[in-house]
Amino acid sequence: MKSLPVSAMLRLAWRNLWRNYRRTVVMLLAIAVGVWAMIFMSALMRGMVDEMVTNGIDSLPGYVQIHQLGFRDDPSINNSLQPPGPELLGALENPLVAGWTSRVRVPAMISSERDNRGVTLLGVDPAGEIAVGFDLDNIVAGRFIGSPQDKGLVVGRKLLERLETHLGKRVVVMSQDPDNNIADRGFRIVGVYKASLEGQEENFVYSGRSHVQSLLKMGRQVSEIAITGHDYRAVDELLEIIRAASPPGSEVLPWMELESYLYGMMGMMDGFILVWTIVVFLALSFGLINTLMMAVFERVREIGLMQALGMKPSSILYLILMESLLLLLLGLLAGNILAIASILPLREGIDLSGVARGMEMFGAGSTLYPVLDLHDLATANTVVIVLGLVTSLLPAWHASRYSPVEAITKI
Amino acid sequence: MILSLRLAWRNLWRHKRRTWLTALAMIFSNVLLIFMISLQFGSYDMMINNTLRAFSGEIQVQHEGYQQNPKLRSSIPAIIPLALELRSILPDAHIAARAAAFALVSSEQRSLGIQIVGVQPEYEPMVSTLPGMVREGRFLQDSNAAEIVIGRVLARNLKVSVGDELTLLGSGRDGSFAAGVVSITGVFDSGSSDLDRTLAEVPLGYFQDTFAMRDHGNAIVVAVDDLSAVPSALVAVQKEIRGKKGLTVLDWTQLQPGLKQAIQADMSSAWFMYGLLIILVAFSVLNTQLMSVLERTREFGVITALGIKPRKLASLVMLETALMALIGLVIGVAIGWMIASYLNIAGFHYPGMEEMAEKFNLPDRVYPSVTFFSMILGPGIVFLFSLLAGVYPSLRLFRLQPVEAMRAV
Repeated sequence: MKSLPVSAMLRLAWRNLWRNYRRTVVMLLAIAVGVWAMIFMSALMRGMVDEMVTNGIDSLPGYVQIHQLGFRDDPSINNSLQPPGPELLGALENPLVAGWTSRVRVPAMISSERDNRGVTLLGVDPAGEIAVGFDLDNIVAGRFIGSPQDKGLVVGRKLLERLETHLGKRVVVMSQDPDNNIADRGFRIVGVYKASLEGQEENFVYSGRSHVQSLLKMGRQVSEIAITGHDYRAVDELLEIIRAASPPGSEVLPWMELESYLYGMMGMMDGFILVWTIVVFLALSFGLINTLMMAVFERVREIGLMQALGMKPSSILYLILMESLLLLLLGLLAGNILAIASILPLREGIDLSGVARGMEMFGAGSTLYPVLDLHDLATANTVVIVLGLVTSLLPAWHASRYSPVEAITKI
Repeated sequence: MILSLRLAWRNLWRHKRRTWLTALAMIFSNVLLIFMISLQFGSYDMMINNTLRAFSGEIQVQHEGYQQNPKLRSSIPAIIPLALELRSILPDAHIAARAAAFALVSSEQRSLGIQIVGVQPEYEPMVSTLPGMVREGRFLQDSNAAEIVIGRVLARNLKVSVGDELTLLGSGRDGSFAAGVVSITGVFDSGSSDLDRTLAEVPLGYFQDTFAMRDHGNAIVVAVDDLSAVPSALVAVQKEIRGKKGLTVLDWTQLQPGLKQAIQADMSSAWFMYGLLIILVAFSVLNTQLMSVLERTREFGVITALGIKPRKLASLVMLETALMALIGLVIGVAIGWMIASYLNIAGFHYPGMEEMAEKFNLPDRVYPSVTFFSMILGPGIVFLFSLLAGVYPSLRLFRLQPVEAMRAV
């Protein structure tokens, strides 16, 4: 007897699956819940890390940064750069560059009548800042810096509270010029911004770039040039282009090196998602083997008979594998639908403000937006199908190895 | 009872492979749960200890509102005598007074805004680990000396080392101009770049003079040996403070709200995962027990026909489930305990941990906490859910019709 055509095998497998519907339904439920767990958890994790990374790099560092060599060790005014020359400007025209800006960035002291704080003073060109990702919607009162010559100061919501001052009031900002003389000047607060991390609101204050440059007597020098691209996971090409065009004595670094914590977290989450997927699968696999084994066991006589009638052991192996495949596919279908149906309504974000300060410790904001990544979806489905079939090999192989005579006589 | 126990035990081994597979599912998740839970508890202990021991202490006495808005003016008068009083009522705790202000520090080459903390040189080393982390030079000694201890990153940014002088510039408690010149006696390296970059300590007496504080300070730090001692110490301090207007007592959950919430956030995501794992195991048990009941329909039919009550049969099936769950529990806990105990000595490390560790001021190895609770919590819940999963198959026995059942194939 030739081996059965695939369509017949498929029908046989399908019918076998529903001979003991209770068992099949329980197993399907288990697979569906497992797959849901894999995808749902991945989406939450992915959402958290995505948010952390975009929070962390979008507005300030950019994907790639240029500094004077030595700036990272000693972020002072003495380690500043010339503004971009023609060669670098040419490279910044590249389509891989989504936006760029050059800014002055110095440590400073800010004092109101009531209190004082250490902050980072940013002298910015508003058009460039907006191009690298500063969102004007984050301005909660007043306005953002209007031009590089703007003499106003934009501070974070939290800092305003700390200094017990208000929009429109004057504060004094002190820093040092290149000769280590204290440079101080009164600034009027013209705007207040919010950020998802309180630490940012407390640390960064913005003013016009030319204004800060003249205050600090630094000519046209800047502290850093920040460049954003289109995909924060792939910055190598962008990095090469910028590096090739950068003046000697400068240091061009990707965000992965500038924000090693975020990069570390991203790597850890990728690893975590895979480990979680496999752990869930392993928990499922015991049940899967068990189900198939029982299915084989209660059909020993039947299998023996089929063999005695000339069915090849390999066909029996395929038959059991086919049964397992159908089971896995049905479970996957239900699991995927369940996952997508539960993630979509959460796209508006999950409110975690109850533990906001804790999330901030991890570097995440207080709203979690689950991200349904196709890649994670594919990982979960592949793991279940591939490993599922591998695990099914054991009971299937077992079934194909019965000797017909023994099997038929078995009660 | 003994008879049904023996019966249940034998029934369990009629399908050796099935029973082992189900038990293996339990063992797998029990080991995993023990590993995760003990690791989790271990790292929480570490986070709490490191964060609190580094600087904030477990309890602080502050002026009302100082925690939300730390200002020089929100101060505690006669802080040193008050600290002495507290020391006398809490002989086992370590207590030190502090004051804190923001100021601009300038070296020859650089100026930076940082936090200056006035500390009591003789008591500070008992409440904070920073003084012990002085790598160059020494910690402060004299309470009125014009000396300062700064962090490693700050020293690098200011381009200074031990022996150099720094100028302090800020405003005093009364709003007056505060300035002073201090010499660096020590540089500490806490491993947390945040602390190392933004913090400097001067003697409290000198701080009070420079910042026009008279005898005021901003906080009294109480460090106890163990978190379990916090509630009683809190009550004692509260009683002592009651008469003093404007003062308040805060415990670590209020001093470091981020820490507690970080633990809560981590805890809830962890329990979500544990819950799923447990449900999957429960499905496995449900399937096994359902099969084992269905395949014995005939047998059960005969037994009921002989006059045995369905209730008896149901409890037999439950007993089988319980035995199986017990096997999973015992073996799972044994393996889990061995792994956790080994890691408790050797420490556990995973890629990406250095970055985490630096961010949270932790060592780069976690040591799982091996306690009865951390060992039994996960497996205990798995056991309960396995029993729960056995309920449905057992209940089916009450619907058994002897005659029909005996005819079943």
